[in-house]
Amino acid sequence: MSRLKGGAPLDAARELDALLHHRMRLGLVSALAAAEALSFNDLKALLETSDGNLSVHARKLEDAGYLTCSKTFENRRPRTDYRLTARGRQALGRYLGHMEAIIRRARDTLGH
Amino acid sequence: MSSTPSAAPDRTPAALHERALADLQFIRRTMEGAAAFTTLSGAGLVAIGLSALGAGFLAGSSPGPAWLRVWVAEAVLAIAVGVTGTVWKTRAARLPILAGPLRKFGLALAAPSLAGAVLTIALALQGSYVLLPGVWLLLYGSGLLAGGTFSIGLVPVMGGCFMALGVAASLLPLSVGPLAMVAGFGGLHIVFGVLVARGHGG
Repeated sequence: MSRLKGGAPLDAARELDALLHHRMRLGLVSALAAAEALSFNDLKALLETSDGNLSVHARKLEDAGYLTCSKTFENRRPRTDYRLTARGRQALGRYLGHMEAIIRRARDTLGH
Repeated sequence: MSSTPSAAPDRTPAALHERALADLQFIRRTMEGAAAFTTLSGAGLVAIGLSALGAGFLAGSSPGPAWLRVWVAEAVLAIAVGVTGTVWKTRAARLPILAGPLRKFGLALAAPSLAGAVLTIALALQGSYVLLPGVWLLLYGSGLLAGGTFSIGLVPVMGGCFMALGVAASLLPLSVGPLAMVAGFGGLHIVFGVLVARGHGG
């Protein structure tokens, strides 16, 4: 890989969504792309993270309009559910496209 | 599932290529993991529970050949309902039927189910029908506990409840067995089915 030449992958990298370039936020968006809605506890278990970490990153995605959050009560206990918005789904689609472009260009450069 | 943030970004082409591959694998793994939270059909569990209540009523409280026939028929029906419900919900979520966690869940449940089938034949041949409720509840519960590792947290809890009923059916007076069957395969499926349906989209 060290013999890669040219700047094409770097161009694609510059277009990457900085929000989704973080693993936790990428995990949140990916999980919600596969499920209609997931609770805070489901996401915490799935991503193997802490309450605080999940809250911080979910809030950033919510502020960007990628997620919606709804708070309800279940048996008198608070319950938080997250859903991916159309904007979040589009962002994940774009991110996937960029990842695939980086891989494709790297392979082209290597002559594969 | 590792979800730690990246270290200081290395933007050489080689690093970007590696990172892109790792990200795509991470996205796939995460989506498969999330699928496990959505593909278990709560409505299917409720349907299984209701049919088990009917089977319990038909089978009566005296384990014997006729009792066994009713419960074997119920087991076949329950498998059909469970598979149909899961396939329907998985397709509705536009996910692959044999995604990793679903496949692992099925395999974890298949081993104790096979053991249960063999033990059923062996115990029926010896006429030891009264031992069957404890065996079935314990094996089904152990399968749910193992398979629950790849599913939502409610599944291993349900497995634990089935095992507790299995212990009761095995160690308490033998008349408890048929009642434990109805409480487990009927009651627990309905209760947990409702919880799954309410908390995980149907």
